[in-house]
Amino acid sequence: MAFDSLGAFIAMEGHGPYVWTCYFVFFLLMGAISLWSLRQRRFVIEQQRRRTGSRAMPDNSPAGANFTRIEPSQD
Amino acid sequence: MATEPVIGLRSPDLSVGTVTAMKAVFVRDLKTAFRQPQDLLNPLLFFVMVVTLFPLGVSPEVSFLQQAGSGILWVAALLSVLLSLDHLYRHDFDDGTLEQLVLQPQPLFLLVLAKSLAHWVLTGLPLVLLTPVLGIMVHMEGNSVVVLCLTLLIGTPVLSLIGSIGAALTLGLRSAGVLLSLLIIPLYIPVLIFGTGTVTAAAEGAPVEAQLALMGAFLVLALTLAPFASAAALRISLSNS
Amino acid sequence: MWQIFHKLGSPKWFFGIASKLMPWLLWVGAAMLVAGIVWGLGFAPKDYLQGNSYRIIFIHVPAAFLAQSVYIMMAVAGLVTLVWRMKLADVFVRAVAPVGAILTFLALFTGAVWGKPTWGTWWIWDARLTSMLILLFLYFGVMALGAAISDEKSSARAVAVLVLVGVVNIPIIKYSVEWWNTLHQPATFKLTEKPSMPAEMWVPLLLSVLGLYLIFGWLACLRMQTEILVREGRTRWVKELVQARGN
Repeated sequence: MAFDSLGAFIAMEGHGPYVWTCYFVFFLLMGAISLWSLRQRRFVIEQQRRRTGSRAMPDNSPAGANFTRIEPSQD
Repeated sequence: MATEPVIGLRSPDLSVGTVTAMKAVFVRDLKTAFRQPQDLLNPLLFFVMVVTLFPLGVSPEVSFLQQAGSGILWVAALLSVLLSLDHLYRHDFDDGTLEQLVLQPQPLFLLVLAKSLAHWVLTGLPLVLLTPVLGIMVHMEGNSVVVLCLTLLIGTPVLSLIGSIGAALTLGLRSAGVLLSLLIIPLYIPVLIFGTGTVTAAAEGAPVEAQLALMGAFLVLALTLAPFASAAALRISLSNS
Repeated sequence: MWQIFHKLGSPKWFFGIASKLMPWLLWVGAAMLVAGIVWGLGFAPKDYLQGNSYRIIFIHVPAAFLAQSVYIMMAVAGLVTLVWRMKLADVFVRAVAPVGAILTFLALFTGAVWGKPTWGTWWIWDARLTSMLILLFLYFGVMALGAAISDEKSSARAVAVLVLVGVVNIPIIKYSVEWWNTLHQPATFKLTEKPSMPAEMWVPLLLSVLGLYLIFGWLACLRMQTEILVREGRTRWVKELVQARGN
């Protein structure tokens, strides 16, 4: 350990504010972009599910006009 | 009875040499530009006005202007080239000439090169010619003014060439002007650094051949690479619209 | 060979692989980053010249390193977009450009804060900081152009051209900024260049660089998956996948 006590570790001989600001901003921004990306993916999945869910409904309805979507594989 | 070929039935020779086509594009751009002289004048006026802002906004002192003169003139020249870039393809794009250009059998990048050179003759060259007057107005010394003109002479074609890429990429977009500046300014920085650095070195009495040669290398690099990128960008933009 | 290549370009295949890789990338990366940072902050010896402020290096260098290599990765992907029209390459460029911009900003920010105790001012027009600033402009340009063109295909190719033009310019910018710096300033001592760094310093540094690389890999996979879901929303596999996830 390069420091004698927790207080010395936090103070870093006067350089503490600079060091800790850097680390704080680093983790703040990296955390923000990670969380935002995660939420975005969840949001997109949710959105797609709602769209396909409403389209899948006619399958349960009694027979009648039955439209089958032809979906060629695009991958 | 001697059979003479009927002129109307002979298939006309449509294949034009590449150099001829480049010349045609070049001359056409000059001609159309001179029909609207105001468009030619505007970047020059802008150049003069931006230079005027510095003595008014910062300081009219001789010592400051002497020191900052080359930087002011270079930045002003850079901005006015940037301002004029929007016109490089815009008119041709609007009236469909550009599509014809893309369809020509000649390689597009050479035609783009001709257009970029025409753009330089119409904006960069007049700026260089105007520089001595403004150089005297910001109290630059004779030797520095000469070196400044030389750097602008080598540097402004680079600005036109790199700018043509940005103009081609932003063709037909909304608010293309601001976007164009955003894309292109970072790419202009090396030219600016060497342009002003050379003049500063000359003012201190240092030899400038090496820096001028390096700017020449920039020019060669831009001449060889920029038309390709610009042509590729043009095709993309045209397929978009 | 070509089959592998085509498979690589398939969004569906990538989606599956990414899902499997992502936990590893995240946890191994986070562990390495945290280990490197804890080691660097608490256990590495003090720098004899800069004191404890040098401990910023353990995030500054990884961020700066990654900021530059992300742009180069984007350029490679741009080349792939132009030559082989591979959809996945463009997805990559779109997904990582904001991450690259954030990393560049972090490198700039930590460099500026580091400059305060070292140079006595928040900002110095030092060669490294200046070229980082220009790199940030390049990232913004890529993002702005991508957002401005609505057509997916032309947007992909236009962005690819811009990224390639930028990557040709990066060495020129770096070189000219360094030359400009020597012209205008007497040589100040540089933040990160040390004649010899003891192992107690460079091992944690290496750990945090590698850790951040892996975390970037995780972020890239995650954001690419999102982009793929948006673009391929009409295909059957996405619909099935979405249904499976939802239930």
